[in-house]
Amino acid sequence: MELKSNVPAGPIEQKWTKHKFEMKLVNPANKRKYTVIVVGSGLAGASAAATLAELGYQVKCYCYQDTPRRAHSIAAQGGINAAKNYQNDGDSVFRLFYDTVKGGDFRSRESNVHRLAEVSVNIIDQCVAQGVPFAREYGGMLSNRSFGGAQVSRTFYARGQTGQQLLLGAYQALERQIGLGAVKMFTRHEMQELILVDGRARGIVTRDMISGKIESHVADAVVLATGGYASVFYLSTNAKGCNTTAIWRAYKKGAAFGNPCYTQIHPTCIPVTGEHQSKLTLMSESLRNDGRIWVPKKKGDTRSPAQIPEAERDYYLERKYPSYGNLAPRDIASRAAKAVCDEGRGVGSTGLGVYLDFADAFQRLGVDKIRERYGNLFDMYERITGENPYQVPMRIYPAAHYVMGGLWVDYNLMSTIPGLFVLGEANFSDHGANRLGASALMQGLADGYFILPYTIGNYFASNKFEKLSDTHTAYKSGESSTAARVQKFLSINGQRTVDSFHRELGGIMWDFCGMGRTEKGLQTALQKIPTLREEFWKNVRVLGTGEEINQSLEKAGRVADFLELGELMCLDALERRESCGGHFREEFQTADGEALRDDQNFTHVAAWEFAGDAKKPVRHVEPLAFENVHLATRSYK
Amino acid sequence: MNITLHVWRQKNRNAEGAFVTYQARDISPDMSFLEMLDVVNEGLILKGEEPIAFDHDCREGICGQCGVVVNGSPHGPRKATTTCQLHMRSFKDGDELTLEPWRANAFPVIKDLIVDRGAFDRIIAVGGFITAPTGNAPDGNAILVPKLAADRSMDAAACIGCGACVAACPNGSAMLFVAAKITHLGYLPQGQPERDRRALAMVARMDEEGFGTCTNHGECEAACPKEIPIEFIARMNRDFLKAALFTPAERAAASDGG
Amino acid sequence: MSSSAPAVAAVQSPAAESRLARILGSSIGQKLVMAVTGVILSGFIVGHMVGNLTVFKGAEAINAYGVALRKFPALLWAVRFGLLLSVGLHIWAYLALSFKSWGARPQGYKVAAYKEASFASRTMRWTGPILGAFVIFHILHFTTGTITPGFAFKEGDVFHNLVAGLSYAPVAAFYIVAMACLALHVFHGVWSLFQSLGISQPRYESTARRVATLFTIAVVGGFVIIPIAVLAGILKLQ
Repeated sequence: MELKSNVPAGPIEQKWTKHKFEMKLVNPANKRKYTVIVVGSGLAGASAAATLAELGYQVKCYCYQDTPRRAHSIAAQGGINAAKNYQNDGDSVFRLFYDTVKGGDFRSRESNVHRLAEVSVNIIDQCVAQGVPFAREYGGMLSNRSFGGAQVSRTFYARGQTGQQLLLGAYQALERQIGLGAVKMFTRHEMQELILVDGRARGIVTRDMISGKIESHVADAVVLATGGYASVFYLSTNAKGCNTTAIWRAYKKGAAFGNPCYTQIHPTCIPVTGEHQSKLTLMSESLRNDGRIWVPKKKGDTRSPAQIPEAERDYYLERKYPSYGNLAPRDIASRAAKAVCDEGRGVGSTGLGVYLDFADAFQRLGVDKIRERYGNLFDMYERITGENPYQVPMRIYPAAHYVMGGLWVDYNLMSTIPGLFVLGEANFSDHGANRLGASALMQGLADGYFILPYTIGNYFASNKFEKLSDTHTAYKSGESSTAARVQKFLSINGQRTVDSFHRELGGIMWDFCGMGRTEKGLQTALQKIPTLREEFWKNVRVLGTGEEINQSLEKAGRVADFLELGELMCLDALERRESCGGHFREEFQTADGEALRDDQNFTHVAAWEFAGDAKKPVRHVEPLAFENVHLATRSYK
Repeated sequence: MNITLHVWRQKNRNAEGAFVTYQARDISPDMSFLEMLDVVNEGLILKGEEPIAFDHDCREGICGQCGVVVNGSPHGPRKATTTCQLHMRSFKDGDELTLEPWRANAFPVIKDLIVDRGAFDRIIAVGGFITAPTGNAPDGNAILVPKLAADRSMDAAACIGCGACVAACPNGSAMLFVAAKITHLGYLPQGQPERDRRALAMVARMDEEGFGTCTNHGECEAACPKEIPIEFIARMNRDFLKAALFTPAERAAASDGG
Repeated sequence: MSSSAPAVAAVQSPAAESRLARILGSSIGQKLVMAVTGVILSGFIVGHMVGNLTVFKGAEAINAYGVALRKFPALLWAVRFGLLLSVGLHIWAYLALSFKSWGARPQGYKVAAYKEASFASRTMRWTGPILGAFVIFHILHFTTGTITPGFAFKEGDVFHNLVAGLSYAPVAAFYIVAMACLALHVFHGVWSLFQSLGISQPRYESTARRVATLFTIAVVGGFVIIPIAVLAGILKLQ
């Protein structure tokens, strides 16, 4: 397998402009001859489907939810970055590019990141025109805030529901095209298989989640915009339905998987309360602007927080990182929380939590000011925990949140399978080893509105397509393997539920491939996961039939894929013998516990090629060159 | 704590349904309502009985996919809270809870507690948008939006499309949902060119989908997890009546979004 | 389910219908009809109530009022026709909206729990027909003198008919019950009017409720005071 990034030549600020001109165009009258399948209807999928339909392509869009508006992009709270420099505070396309490359700990492709920063400004314009109710100043201008420790105010937001509002904008554009008959929408349909004809992506097999019908869908190109796979940890901030199935099926058909081990653990989530926990809820990072994080100095201190005097509290972020303090980047704040809990100083009934205390802010700004800023978050905390955060400090703990890894794509967002494009969180993305706050929304919309619509045209104009029908053997064999898989799940009739396997896998991943990873731990995981997988295929219990809504069956399909993906993540983490961004190998750290990169040996993307079910996948590398942002060590001290 | 559940079970859209009683034992007050159902389902599977099907996804109150009627209240007894954010500490040991799906002709039950809310998408598809094809947009600050208009618009845009308003309404009316979208777009300068057409088209589609009408009970507002107020319905009525009375037929049809 | 909406452009857009069809054919238009006829009927009951109060000025005053009403038969019949039309449209809109709503909720909940719906809003569908029945009885009772339980109808002697008719306790009780229904109906109706006509806005919300309350108290108070005064012996035949 050859990894051709297809990055255009020339100075970085001219690459995308030049490339847009050089790409071939499809004649407007010919666009309707091409059919594009878009799997997923989040920011990337909905924006791509709507835009392609506006251009004149025939689009079919699929989602597993009951309507495209529910995709998990909807849960993003904080905001979206754009290099508008409306605040006159020194922002620029180059600065956003620079911050993103640095934030990604020098493990992203410079050309892609620069393009992302360039189109960021168009995204805001597009969303405003669609009616996204961004926050405004009294004069009617757009309001900005500083987010996630950025030194400029470039984050646009709509209360604490920015993801929801951006998604509704894209969803409405998509619904408009559905109403016009330009997009055919398939809700409650889950992609089960990618179909290749002559080595090119030419369709998918889906299962209708209501009737159980297994069907083929023919197209000239397939776009996967199916989000991330943080649900491999079972407990995460992702939605319950988030899964890896679409990209995993593509991986098994030959698409390389880039940097599977890069995961982001978010520091401010509500801690786990017990075994029954099904989901972790994120509290916006903005809380760290006014809250102070601390734990008791003494191990196993079970006093209530009010009884612990100031002198016996350890404000550990302020102590370790005096200049950034409580605003240290996500990966650093998460690891620091884990470290104090590992020392036995964690709080709450499980000992897995730290205090986020607003007592000082109440004194400094008054309770009303804090209520105005964070009232909805305080209410949410109270709903979930039953504790009043105006009276007792919040308890928080890190949780799996986002994955920077995903299917490898070239500059045109095409995977190693011709005709298979991958957008948003599902691709290995522009975020390198760590994503900055308010950048995920930016990337999803950049890919869907402004990048894919150009690059897919070039693909169509450069290739010839024979007309196919779903009676072709490639589709039939995809349908029969899908049907066989469904029958297999239903026939095992073992002793354990699907969720029990998922929970156990999540535990293994969290313990050994979570915030801190070691060679020994990863090897342990690499033994445990195949054993668990073997048990799954012998002992899982899925009741009911395939010809109806069967939620256990749906989950079984997803967990079966997670059981394979988990192993690849551990393998990737094991082979990346350095620490970078969200990937922290405990063996590779500085004397004071910071991530230690090995630029000599690991300034590259690891892209894994599937080699067969019982075989070890093959690791390919795409070298990364840093010509515009020079390799440096991140320091937040 | 132990809870007795009377749950509506229905195999598919065409099957007859019935209530079945289950016991939820050793429930922790820290569990969410859906986690309690997860526990019941795990038990059912191990006993060889089919688990209760219910819709859910984000479990953080924003996607709008979940929704169960608990003792007659859509999303349960707690104000401004979706089913997924409802916690068992809202109930007492020994409580008996009746769980039913959203009941409305336009939302047919497709299994147990799951309904088909496709009608909402079809209402959006006829006019719940601003026509702004990608690439046409002027600079974001070229369109000034007064802060109060942006805030009001956002109040309406907070709707998560869960359908609790329809479920709560004794008339099965979708007016709060439609009004929220009309208000969201109608408060913004960008939404003005299509304002008349939007109101006419969305209201017509709403009627065609078989939703009932508003008799101003206010149940929708009380059930709405995002606290969308019913004054937005008045606003929709105003927009609709203005368009219906004063927009000539040719113009209403000609300003079609496509 | 592949819930792709039928192509909207392909079907006859309802936006293209005539204005009258748009109004009468839509749920919001039907509510407009309900509201406008409601306003007309409210106007009538205000006038009727004020006229009734002349009874407290004595027999001559109210009898003169009765005569004055019949002075211009053409006008009287025009008003009667207008009111009848309003009642007809009010009932038509009610039925059209109700059939829609009944069809929209064919199956209710096993457990019912109202949170915000008031007693008045939930009983509109009962208070309406009761008032309809009352109006028919009322016309037969005092206008045509067809049904005269407990008294002898005297053509042209409004005062006599009123006081004698209401002296019969079961009839007076029915009048009072009907007026209670009117209170509920008018209270919810007037408040709904602000919603249906799109006048209601957050800053008017409490004003709308207050207007509805005051209007109801004034009008219904003015009506109900008469049977009470008769029963209490304040108004009696000389």
